[in-house]
Amino acid sequence: MNKIVKSADEALDGLRDGMTLMVGGFGLCGIPEKSIAALVRKGVKGLTCISNNAGVDDFGLGLLLQTRQIKKMISSYVGENAEFERQLLSGELQVDLVPQGTLAERCRAGGAGIPAFFTPAGYGTEVAEGKETREFNGKMYVLEEWLRADFALVKAWKGDRFGNLVYKRTARNFNPMMAMAGKITVAEVEQLVDPSELDPDEIHTPGIFVNRIFQGTDYEKRIEQRTTRKRN
Amino acid sequence: MALTKEQMAQRIARELKDGYYVNLGIGIPTLVANYVPKGMNVVFQSENGILGMGPFPYEGEEDADLINAGKQTVTLLPGSSIFDSSTSFAMIRGQHVQLTVLGAMEVTDTGDIANWKIPGKMVKGMGGAMDLVASAENIIVAMMHANKAGESKLLKHCTLPLTGVRCVKKVVTDLGAFDITPEGFRLLERAPGVTVEEIKARTEGRLVVGGEVPEMVV
Repeated sequence: MNKIVKSADEALDGLRDGMTLMVGGFGLCGIPEKSIAALVRKGVKGLTCISNNAGVDDFGLGLLLQTRQIKKMISSYVGENAEFERQLLSGELQVDLVPQGTLAERCRAGGAGIPAFFTPAGYGTEVAEGKETREFNGKMYVLEEWLRADFALVKAWKGDRFGNLVYKRTARNFNPMMAMAGKITVAEVEQLVDPSELDPDEIHTPGIFVNRIFQGTDYEKRIEQRTTRKRN
Repeated sequence: MALTKEQMAQRIARELKDGYYVNLGIGIPTLVANYVPKGMNVVFQSENGILGMGPFPYEGEEDADLINAGKQTVTLLPGSSIFDSSTSFAMIRGQHVQLTVLGAMEVTDTGDIANWKIPGKMVKGMGGAMDLVASAENIIVAMMHANKAGESKLLKHCTLPLTGVRCVKKVVTDLGAFDITPEGFRLLERAPGVTVEEIKARTEGRLVVGGEVPEMVV
Protein backbone atom coordinates (compact mmCIF):
# COMPACT_ATOMS: atom_id res chain seq x y z
CA MET A 1 0.00 0.00 0.00
CA ASN A 2 1.48 3.31 -1.07
CA LYS A 3 -0.63 6.47 -1.21
CA ILE A 4 2.30 8.85 -1.44
CA VAL A 5 2.21 11.39 -4.24
CA LYS A 6 5.15 13.62 -5.08
CA SER A 7 3.51 17.01 -4.84
CA ALA A 8 0.41 18.98 -4.00
CA ASP A 9 -0.19 19.44 -7.72
CA GLU A 10 -0.20 15.69 -8.31
CA ALA A 11 -2.45 15.23 -5.28
CA LEU A 12 -5.12 17.43 -6.87
CA ASP A 13 -5.25 15.43 -10.11
CA GLY A 14 -8.88 15.18 -11.23
CA LEU A 15 -10.04 18.22 -9.28
CA ARG A 16 -12.23 20.19 -11.69
CA ASP A 17 -14.28 23.39 -11.95
CA GLY A 18 -17.50 23.39 -9.94
CA MET A 19 -16.47 20.70 -7.48
CA THR A 20 -17.27 20.71 -3.77
CA LEU A 21 -14.26 20.73 -1.46
CA MET A 22 -13.83 20.32 2.26
CA VAL A 23 -10.90 22.26 3.63
CA GLY A 24 -9.67 21.52 7.15
CA GLY A 25 -8.60 24.07 9.74
CA PHE A 26 -9.92 26.45 12.37
CA GLY A 27 -8.97 30.01 11.56
CA LEU A 28 -5.50 29.61 10.08
CA CYS A 29 -4.65 26.73 12.44
CA GLY A 30 -4.32 23.35 10.76
CA ILE A 31 -5.15 24.53 7.24
CA PRO A 32 -3.79 22.61 4.23
CA GLU A 33 -1.47 25.43 3.10
CA LYS A 34 0.17 23.50 0.31
CA SER A 35 -3.06 22.18 -1.22
CA ILE A 36 -4.55 25.67 -1.16
CA ALA A 37 -1.47 27.02 -2.96
CA ALA A 38 -1.83 24.23 -5.53
CA LEU A 39 -5.50 25.15 -6.06
CA VAL A 40 -4.43 28.71 -6.86
CA ARG A 41 -1.87 27.38 -9.37
CA LYS A 42 -4.42 25.03 -10.89
CA GLY A 43 -6.89 27.87 -11.37
CA VAL A 44 -10.03 25.74 -10.97
CA LYS A 45 -13.14 27.89 -10.62
CA GLY A 46 -16.70 27.78 -9.34
CA LEU A 47 -15.72 25.86 -6.23
CA THR A 48 -17.96 25.22 -3.25
CA CYS A 49 -15.77 25.21 -0.15
CA ILE A 50 -16.87 23.68 3.13
CA SER A 51 -14.57 25.07 5.79
CA ASN A 52 -15.16 26.45 9.28
CA ASN A 53 -13.68 29.80 8.26
CA ALA A 54 -12.69 31.59 5.08
CA GLY A 55 -9.11 32.55 5.89
CA VAL A 56 -7.82 36.11 5.94
CA ASP A 57 -7.29 38.43 2.96
CA ASP A 58 -3.87 37.12 2.00
CA PHE A 59 -3.72 33.64 3.52
CA GLY A 60 -5.72 30.44 3.76
CA LEU A 61 -8.90 30.33 1.69
CA GLY A 62 -8.59 34.12 1.33
CA LEU A 63 -6.10 33.36 -1.46
CA LEU A 64 -8.82 31.56 -3.44
CA LEU A 65 -11.22 34.43 -2.83
CA GLN A 66 -8.72 36.91 -4.26
CA THR A 67 -8.57 34.86 -7.45
CA ARG A 68 -12.40 34.47 -7.51
CA GLN A 69 -12.18 30.68 -7.56
CA ILE A 70 -14.84 30.18 -4.91
CA LYS A 71 -18.52 30.36 -5.80
CA LYS A 72 -19.93 29.34 -2.44
CA MET A 73 -18.71 28.98 1.15
CA ILE A 74 -20.29 26.75 3.78
CA SER A 75 -18.84 27.96 7.10
CA SER A 76 -19.68 28.84 10.69
CA TYR A 77 -17.72 32.08 10.98
CA VAL A 78 -16.34 34.25 8.20
CA GLY A 79 -15.12 37.43 9.87
CA GLU A 80 -11.57 38.75 9.50
CA ASN A 81 -11.72 38.93 5.72
CA ALA A 82 -12.43 42.19 3.84
CA GLU A 83 -12.38 40.63 0.37
CA PHE A 84 -14.90 38.05 1.53
CA GLU A 85 -17.18 40.84 2.72
CA ARG A 86 -16.87 42.71 -0.55
CA GLN A 87 -17.73 39.64 -2.66
CA LEU A 88 -20.62 38.72 -0.39
CA LEU A 89 -22.17 42.20 -0.49
CA SER A 90 -21.73 42.42 -4.27
CA GLY A 91 -23.43 39.05 -4.76
CA GLU A 92 -20.39 37.37 -6.33
CA LEU A 93 -20.17 34.89 -3.49
CA GLN A 94 -22.84 32.75 -1.84
CA VAL A 95 -22.57 31.82 1.81
CA ASP A 96 -24.30 29.23 3.93
CA LEU A 97 -23.72 29.89 7.62
CA VAL A 98 -23.96 26.75 9.74
CA PRO A 99 -23.58 26.44 13.52
CA GLN A 100 -20.08 25.15 14.21
CA GLY A 101 -21.10 21.93 15.96
CA THR A 102 -23.65 21.22 13.25
CA LEU A 103 -20.99 21.77 10.59
CA ALA A 104 -18.62 19.34 12.31
CA GLU A 105 -21.34 16.73 12.72
CA ARG A 106 -22.58 17.11 9.14
CA CYS A 107 -19.06 16.32 7.93
CA ARG A 108 -18.77 13.40 10.33
CA ALA A 109 -22.20 12.13 9.21
CA GLY A 110 -21.12 12.38 5.58
CA GLY A 111 -18.11 10.23 6.28
CA ALA A 112 -20.03 7.81 8.48
CA GLY A 113 -22.90 7.15 6.05
CA ILE A 114 -25.58 8.88 8.11
CA PRO A 115 -27.69 11.05 5.78
CA ALA A 116 -29.25 13.22 8.49
CA PHE A 117 -29.49 13.70 12.24
CA PHE A 118 -31.39 15.81 14.75
CA THR A 119 -29.61 18.55 16.70
CA PRO A 120 -30.95 21.16 19.11
CA ALA A 121 -28.68 23.87 17.65
CA GLY A 122 -30.58 26.58 15.84
CA TYR A 123 -34.06 25.53 16.90
CA GLY A 124 -36.32 28.61 16.94
CA THR A 125 -33.85 30.61 14.83
CA GLU A 126 -33.53 31.33 11.11
CA VAL A 127 -31.14 28.37 10.83
CA ALA A 128 -34.14 26.06 11.32
CA GLU A 129 -36.33 27.75 8.70
CA GLY A 130 -37.62 25.26 6.14
CA LYS A 131 -36.17 22.30 8.03
CA GLU A 132 -38.02 19.46 9.71
CA THR A 133 -38.20 19.76 13.49
CA ARG A 134 -39.18 17.10 15.99
CA GLU A 135 -39.66 16.75 19.71
CA PHE A 136 -37.69 14.19 21.71
CA ASN A 137 -38.17 13.97 25.48
CA GLY A 138 -39.85 17.37 25.57
CA LYS A 139 -37.14 19.22 23.70
CA MET A 140 -37.17 20.40 20.08
CA TYR A 141 -34.57 19.39 17.52
CA VAL A 142 -33.77 20.33 13.91
CA LEU A 143 -33.05 17.82 11.13
CA GLU A 144 -29.69 18.51 9.50
CA GLU A 145 -28.25 16.67 6.52
CA TRP A 146 -24.82 15.21 5.92
CA LEU A 147 -22.11 16.95 3.92
CA ARG A 148 -19.84 15.15 1.49
CA ALA A 149 -17.18 16.45 -0.84
CA ASP A 150 -15.53 15.58 -4.14
CA PHE A 151 -12.20 16.35 -2.53
CA ALA A 152 -11.34 16.75 1.15
CA LEU A 153 -8.09 18.64 1.76
CA VAL A 154 -6.65 18.06 5.22
CA LYS A 155 -3.44 18.83 7.05
CA ALA A 156 -1.75 16.63 9.64
CA TRP A 157 1.49 16.67 11.57
CA LYS A 158 2.69 13.16 10.74
CA GLY A 159 1.54 10.53 8.33
CA ASP A 160 2.71 7.35 6.63
CA ARG A 161 2.31 5.74 3.22
CA PHE A 162 -0.87 3.94 4.39
CA GLY A 163 -2.47 7.35 4.94
CA ASN A 164 -2.50 7.06 8.73
CA LEU A 165 -2.49 10.53 10.26
CA VAL A 166 -1.52 12.15 13.55
CA TYR A 167 -2.45 15.78 14.16
CA LYS A 168 -0.74 18.26 16.44
CA ARG A 169 -2.55 20.22 19.17
CA THR A 170 -5.54 22.26 18.03
CA ALA A 171 -4.49 21.90 14.39
CA ARG A 172 -6.69 18.77 14.55
CA ASN A 173 -10.07 20.61 14.64
CA PHE A 174 -12.16 19.78 11.53
CA ASN A 175 -9.49 17.73 9.75
CA PRO A 176 -10.49 14.24 11.02
CA MET A 177 -14.18 14.55 10.06
CA MET A 178 -13.38 16.09 6.69
CA ALA A 179 -10.88 13.34 5.97
CA MET A 180 -13.76 10.89 6.37
CA ALA A 181 -16.16 12.75 4.09
CA GLY A 182 -14.14 13.23 0.90
CA LYS A 183 -14.60 11.00 -2.16
CA ILE A 184 -10.92 11.71 -2.59
CA THR A 185 -9.11 12.78 0.54
CA VAL A 186 -5.77 14.48 0.17
CA ALA A 187 -3.63 14.71 3.29
CA GLU A 188 -0.60 16.94 3.51
CA VAL A 189 1.78 16.32 6.38
CA GLU A 190 4.78 18.02 7.91
CA GLN A 191 6.51 14.69 8.36
CA LEU A 192 6.02 11.67 6.16
CA VAL A 193 7.40 8.82 8.25
CA ASP A 194 7.91 5.07 8.03
CA PRO A 195 4.78 3.19 9.22
CA SER A 196 6.84 1.67 12.03
CA GLU A 197 7.26 5.14 13.52
CA LEU A 198 3.55 5.63 14.17
CA ASP A 199 2.03 3.83 17.15
CA PRO A 200 -1.25 2.20 15.99
CA ASP A 201 -2.80 3.18 19.33
CA GLU A 202 -2.14 6.82 18.64
CA ILE A 203 -3.40 7.22 15.07
CA HIS A 204 -6.06 9.94 14.87
CA THR A 205 -7.23 9.29 11.29
CA PRO A 206 -6.90 5.66 10.14
CA GLY A 207 -5.45 5.43 6.64
CA ILE A 208 -8.64 4.00 5.12
CA PHE A 209 -10.02 7.54 4.91
CA VAL A 210 -7.02 8.94 3.04
CA ASN A 211 -6.41 8.46 -0.70
CA ARG A 212 -3.35 10.58 -1.35
CA ILE A 213 -0.65 11.84 0.96
CA PHE A 214 2.33 14.14 0.48
CA GLN A 215 4.86 15.95 2.60
CA GLY A 216 4.81 19.74 2.52
CA THR A 217 7.82 21.91 3.28
CA ASP A 218 8.30 25.39 4.70
CA TYR A 219 4.97 25.67 6.47
CA GLU A 220 4.18 29.28 7.24
CA LYS A 221 1.66 28.49 10.04
CA ARG A 222 0.59 32.07 10.39
CA ILE A 223 -0.76 33.14 13.80
CA GLU A 224 -3.96 35.18 13.66
CA GLN A 225 -3.97 36.55 17.20
CA ARG A 226 -0.57 36.47 18.85
CA THR A 227 -1.37 36.77 22.55
CA THR A 228 1.28 36.44 25.25
CA ARG A 229 1.92 37.24 28.90
CA LYS A 230 4.98 38.79 30.43
CA ARG A 231 7.37 36.80 32.57
CA ASN A 232 7.34 37.99 36.16
CA MET B 1 -21.30 53.00 40.27
CA ALA B 2 -21.86 50.58 37.44
CA LEU B 3 -19.59 47.54 37.43
CA THR B 4 -16.47 47.46 35.31
CA LYS B 5 -16.01 44.54 32.93
CA GLU B 6 -13.49 43.07 35.37
CA GLN B 7 -16.03 43.31 38.20
CA MET B 8 -18.69 41.64 36.06
CA ALA B 9 -16.25 38.80 35.44
CA GLN B 10 -15.50 38.62 39.18
CA ARG B 11 -19.20 38.34 39.95
CA ILE B 12 -19.68 35.57 37.37
CA ALA B 13 -16.67 33.71 38.79
CA ARG B 14 -18.71 33.27 42.00
CA GLU B 15 -20.95 30.89 40.01
CA LEU B 16 -18.04 28.50 39.47
CA LYS B 17 -17.95 25.29 41.45
CA ASP B 18 -15.17 22.83 42.10
CA GLY B 19 -14.98 20.23 39.33
CA TYR B 20 -16.88 22.30 36.76
CA TYR B 21 -16.10 22.11 33.06
CA VAL B 22 -16.64 25.62 31.71
CA ASN B 23 -16.84 27.19 28.25
CA LEU B 24 -16.12 30.92 28.11
CA GLY B 25 -17.10 33.06 25.15
CA ILE B 26 -15.10 35.93 23.69
CA GLY B 27 -14.99 39.31 25.46
CA ILE B 28 -16.07 39.80 29.09
CA PRO B 29 -16.61 36.02 29.56
CA THR B 30 -12.92 35.37 28.84
CA LEU B 31 -12.02 37.52 31.87
CA VAL B 32 -13.80 35.09 34.20
CA ALA B 33 -10.77 32.77 33.95
CA ASN B 34 -8.77 35.38 35.90
CA TYR B 35 -11.01 35.05 38.97
CA VAL B 36 -11.19 31.32 39.69
CA PRO B 37 -11.07 31.10 43.52
CA LYS B 38 -7.77 29.74 44.86
CA GLY B 39 -7.85 26.00 45.45
CA MET B 40 -10.84 25.47 43.16
CA ASN B 41 -10.42 23.13 40.21
CA VAL B 42 -12.19 24.34 37.11
CA VAL B 43 -11.40 23.01 33.64
CA PHE B 44 -11.86 25.37 30.69
CA GLN B 45 -13.11 23.98 27.41
CA SER B 46 -12.37 25.69 24.12
CA GLU B 47 -14.66 24.53 21.34
CA ASN B 48 -11.88 24.26 18.78
CA GLY B 49 -10.70 21.24 20.74
CA ILE B 50 -9.16 21.81 24.17
CA LEU B 51 -10.01 20.73 27.70
CA GLY B 52 -7.66 22.21 30.25
CA MET B 53 -6.81 25.42 28.45
CA GLY B 54 -4.18 27.50 30.22
CA PRO B 55 -3.16 31.17 30.09
CA PHE B 56 -1.50 32.93 27.16
CA PRO B 57 2.06 31.69 26.51
CA TYR B 58 5.15 33.63 27.55
CA GLU B 59 6.59 35.77 24.79
CA GLY B 60 8.58 33.60 22.43
CA GLU B 61 6.69 30.43 23.37
CA GLU B 62 3.68 30.92 21.09
CA ASP B 63 2.69 27.80 19.15
CA ALA B 64 0.73 28.34 15.92
CA ASP B 65 -0.79 24.88 16.43
CA LEU B 66 -2.24 25.80 19.82
CA ILE B 67 -4.99 28.40 19.78
CA ASN B 68 -8.33 29.00 21.47
CA ALA B 69 -11.71 29.59 19.84
CA GLY B 70 -10.86 33.29 19.52
CA LYS B 71 -7.79 32.25 17.47
CA GLN B 72 -5.48 33.51 20.24
CA THR B 73 -2.34 31.62 21.18
CA VAL B 74 -2.82 29.76 24.47
CA THR B 75 -1.16 27.03 26.55
CA LEU B 76 -2.17 23.67 27.98
CA LEU B 77 -2.33 22.80 31.68
CA PRO B 78 -1.40 19.42 33.18
CA GLY B 79 -4.26 16.99 32.58
CA SER B 80 -5.41 18.73 29.43
CA SER B 81 -6.62 16.92 26.34
CA ILE B 82 -7.02 17.72 22.66
CA PHE B 83 -9.82 16.50 20.40
CA ASP B 84 -11.54 17.19 17.11
CA SER B 85 -14.45 19.59 16.54
CA SER B 86 -17.05 16.83 16.43
CA THR B 87 -15.96 15.48 19.82
CA SER B 88 -15.86 19.01 21.17
CA PHE B 89 -19.48 19.65 20.27
CA ALA B 90 -20.45 16.21 21.56
CA MET B 91 -19.24 17.50 24.93
CA ILE B 92 -21.33 20.64 24.50
CA ARG B 93 -24.50 19.09 23.04
CA GLY B 94 -24.24 16.10 25.35
CA GLN B 95 -24.35 18.47 28.35
CA HIS B 96 -20.99 17.43 29.72
CA VAL B 97 -19.98 21.08 30.09
CA GLN B 98 -21.55 22.47 33.27
CA LEU B 99 -21.35 26.18 32.64
CA THR B 100 -21.31 28.39 29.57
CA VAL B 101 -20.65 32.12 29.81
CA LEU B 102 -21.22 34.24 26.75
CA GLY B 103 -21.88 37.76 25.62
CA ALA B 104 -25.12 38.95 24.03
CA MET B 105 -26.70 41.86 22.21
CA GLU B 106 -30.17 41.12 23.61
CA VAL B 107 -31.73 38.78 26.19
CA THR B 108 -35.43 38.41 26.94
CA ASP B 109 -37.22 37.80 30.23
CA THR B 110 -37.96 34.25 29.00
CA GLY B 111 -34.30 33.48 28.31
CA ASP B 112 -34.16 34.02 24.54
CA ILE B 113 -30.84 35.34 23.32
CA ALA B 114 -29.65 37.25 20.24
CA ASN B 115 -25.92 37.61 19.76
CA TRP B 116 -24.86 36.77 16.22
CA LYS B 117 -26.36 38.99 13.58
CA ILE B 118 -27.38 42.60 13.02
CA PRO B 119 -29.51 42.97 9.86
CA GLY B 120 -27.95 45.40 7.43
CA LYS B 121 -24.46 44.86 8.81
CA MET B 122 -21.90 42.35 7.61
CA VAL B 123 -22.85 38.95 8.98
CA LYS B 124 -19.83 37.11 10.30
CA GLY B 125 -21.58 33.93 11.40
CA MET B 126 -22.68 32.27 14.59
CA GLY B 127 -19.59 30.13 15.16
CA GLY B 128 -20.40 27.77 18.03
CA ALA B 129 -22.90 30.06 19.77
CA MET B 130 -26.05 28.29 18.58
CA ASP B 131 -24.75 24.87 19.60
CA LEU B 132 -23.72 26.22 23.00
CA VAL B 133 -26.99 27.94 23.84
CA ALA B 134 -29.16 25.10 22.53
CA SER B 135 -27.58 22.57 24.84
CA ALA B 136 -25.90 24.03 27.89
CA GLU B 137 -27.64 23.34 31.17
CA ASN B 138 -26.45 26.56 32.70
CA ILE B 139 -25.93 29.63 30.57
CA ILE B 140 -24.86 32.95 32.03
CA VAL B 141 -24.88 36.01 29.84
CA ALA B 142 -22.37 38.76 30.53
CA MET B 143 -23.25 42.05 28.85
CA MET B 144 -23.76 45.75 29.36
CA HIS B 145 -27.26 46.62 30.53
CA ALA B 146 -27.82 49.07 27.66
CA ASN B 147 -26.60 49.25 24.08
CA LYS B 148 -24.58 52.13 22.69
CA ALA B 149 -27.78 54.06 21.97
CA GLY B 150 -28.69 53.74 25.67
CA GLU B 151 -31.53 51.27 25.03
CA SER B 152 -32.15 48.35 27.36
CA LYS B 153 -30.71 44.99 26.27
CA LEU B 154 -32.96 43.17 28.75
CA LEU B 155 -36.15 42.92 26.74
CA LYS B 156 -39.57 41.34 26.41
CA HIS B 157 -38.83 40.25 22.85
CA CYS B 158 -35.58 40.22 20.91
CA THR B 159 -35.51 42.65 17.99
CA LEU B 160 -32.44 40.97 16.45
CA PRO B 161 -32.29 37.48 14.88
CA LEU B 162 -32.28 34.83 17.60
CA THR B 163 -29.36 32.62 18.56
CA GLY B 164 -31.47 30.43 20.83
CA VAL B 165 -34.79 30.33 22.67
CA ARG B 166 -35.56 29.91 26.38
CA CYS B 167 -32.02 29.00 27.26
CA VAL B 168 -30.36 31.75 29.33
CA LYS B 169 -30.49 31.13 33.10
CA LYS B 170 -28.73 34.17 34.50
CA VAL B 171 -27.61 37.61 33.33
CA VAL B 172 -24.87 39.74 34.83
CA THR B 173 -24.76 43.32 33.58
CA ASP B 174 -22.92 46.41 34.71
CA LEU B 175 -25.98 47.27 36.83
CA GLY B 176 -26.80 43.98 38.52
CA ALA B 177 -27.24 40.22 38.56
CA PHE B 178 -30.52 38.62 37.46
CA ASP B 179 -31.99 35.14 37.40
CA ILE B 180 -34.38 34.33 34.57
CA THR B 181 -37.56 32.99 36.15
CA PRO B 182 -41.06 32.27 34.82
CA GLU B 183 -42.02 35.74 36.11
CA GLY B 184 -39.15 37.49 34.32
CA PHE B 185 -35.76 38.91 35.32
CA ARG B 186 -35.43 38.45 39.09
CA LEU B 187 -33.07 41.06 40.49
CA LEU B 188 -30.59 39.24 42.72
CA GLU B 189 -28.02 41.93 43.45
CA ARG B 190 -27.43 45.59 42.56
CA ALA B 191 -24.09 47.03 41.49
CA PRO B 192 -22.69 49.15 44.33
CA GLY B 193 -24.51 52.49 44.46
CA VAL B 194 -27.04 51.57 41.77
CA THR B 195 -30.64 51.81 42.97
CA VAL B 196 -33.51 49.42 42.28
CA GLU B 197 -35.38 52.35 40.68
CA GLU B 198 -32.52 52.96 38.26
CA ILE B 199 -32.49 49.29 37.27
CA LYS B 200 -36.26 49.31 36.86
CA ALA B 201 -36.07 52.35 34.63
CA ARG B 202 -33.39 50.78 32.46
CA THR B 203 -34.94 47.30 32.10
CA GLU B 204 -37.54 46.89 29.35
CA GLY B 205 -38.37 43.24 30.09
CA ARG B 206 -40.44 42.11 33.10
CA LEU B 207 -38.47 42.73 36.28
CA VAL B 208 -39.15 41.00 39.59
CA VAL B 209 -37.93 42.67 42.75
CA GLY B 210 -38.56 40.66 45.89
CA GLY B 211 -37.92 42.64 49.09
CA GLU B 212 -34.53 44.10 49.92
CA VAL B 213 -32.06 43.61 47.08
CA PRO B 214 -28.51 43.39 48.41
CA GLU B 215 -25.64 45.36 46.98
CA MET B 216 -23.12 43.23 45.14
CA VAL B 217 -19.83 42.62 46.95
CA VAL B 218 -17.00 43.09 44.46
